[in-house]
Amino acid sequence: MTGRMAGERGESSEEEAGERARIRDLALVASARDREAFRRLFDYYGPRVKAYLRRLGVDDEAAEDLTQEVFVSIWRRAAQFDATKASVSTWIFTIARNKRIDALRRDRPATAETEELEFEVDPAPRSDAVAELNQMSVRVMRAVETLPEEQKKLLKIFYFEEKPHSAIAAELGLPLGTVKSRLRLALAKLRAMLGEDRE
Amino acid sequence: MSDGLTLDELLLGHAAGTLPEALDLVVRTHLALSPEGRRRYAIYRALGGALLETIEPVPLRADAWERLERALDRADDRRVEAPRATAAERRDIRVPEPLRPYAPEGFERLPWRNLGPAMEFELPIATPGYRARLIRLKGGKGIPRHTHRGHEITVVIEGSFRDVQGVHRRGDLVIADATVDHSPVADEDCLCLAVTDAPLKLTGPFGRLLNPILRI
Repeated sequence: MTGRMAGERGESSEEEAGERARIRDLALVASARDREAFRRLFDYYGPRVKAYLRRLGVDDEAAEDLTQEVFVSIWRRAAQFDATKASVSTWIFTIARNKRIDALRRDRPATAETEELEFEVDPAPRSDAVAELNQMSVRVMRAVETLPEEQKKLLKIFYFEEKPHSAIAAELGLPLGTVKSRLRLALAKLRAMLGEDRE
Repeated sequence: MSDGLTLDELLLGHAAGTLPEALDLVVRTHLALSPEGRRRYAIYRALGGALLETIEPVPLRADAWERLERALDRADDRRVEAPRATAAERRDIRVPEPLRPYAPEGFERLPWRNLGPAMEFELPIATPGYRARLIRLKGGKGIPRHTHRGHEITVVIEGSFRDVQGVHRRGDLVIADATVDHSPVADEDCLCLAVTDAPLKLTGPFGRLLNPILRI
């Protein structure tokens, strides 16, 4: 079990090192329009963004086009990224998610332009709360790794496949109530690991 | 309750981007107004990024980077304009951001429909099977007692109302389904966004007779 110890923040895990490198690259893009740094981000996240879109049922060509749009957005808006509010992967995931929604609703007001709202985190109740939020994604990543395979798989289905819950249940050959309770269990476990004991 | 819709499912659905538009709007409005909602949402947001890290990558086409560089050149040529305040931002800051496209001139200017105890404005959202409505209630007024054939998800935008589930204030998201038979009453002038996925069912003695006529 990964505990939530005071020293944890000082440890330099592989995930944290990777995250720090990507934050640095994004900062280089924002401040110096550094294309080499941008290419590193593209090489790492491009195939992941495409995989995400493909899993949601976007065809290969459209996924390729949308991935391009996502990265043009990242390029233009790199200066808006704030590492105290989200991890690079969460920021990119949100942009990809919104681009896809906008592609589905071409005639609607764009969501992609309003996503900053989601990153407006409230004033910190304690002085270290920002550092704490900063760590959220790394901690979530670690916590996800410790989940049993079936729960991990279930979370991925909920995030990466646009299906009614009843269809997910049918696909897994489980009653809807079981799928929902497993999802709840996985989320409760994540919350417990992240030290959120509200439930 | 195991099959009922929960707040966590809505938050997860919003984080994943898989909610029908009308439900997504209600969640975004909740997040815009509720600090507690944003705190609860943080884990779902982070989960999307964490799962993106674990996804099996799908290779891009060989020329993807060259193509992207050309797009970057074009993006750099265009001057980036500072976002200008929209009409709504200048005139009515009370409209939460997710609702501004629907009430660009502010809530007062919408063509409200008078329903007796309440006023309503139906948002033009083309989500088959869903209706999204803004509902205004004067303080002390109530909605006739009803239950639900499906779900009714309500977010309080201004004021507060109470029902069998308690008192609901600005930013609160309330889920009611067939297990909830209520007659919401506004404590003070109240404005809500309500999304339903099936018609309501009046349950009071007179309401029952009105069901076939009203189609609320």
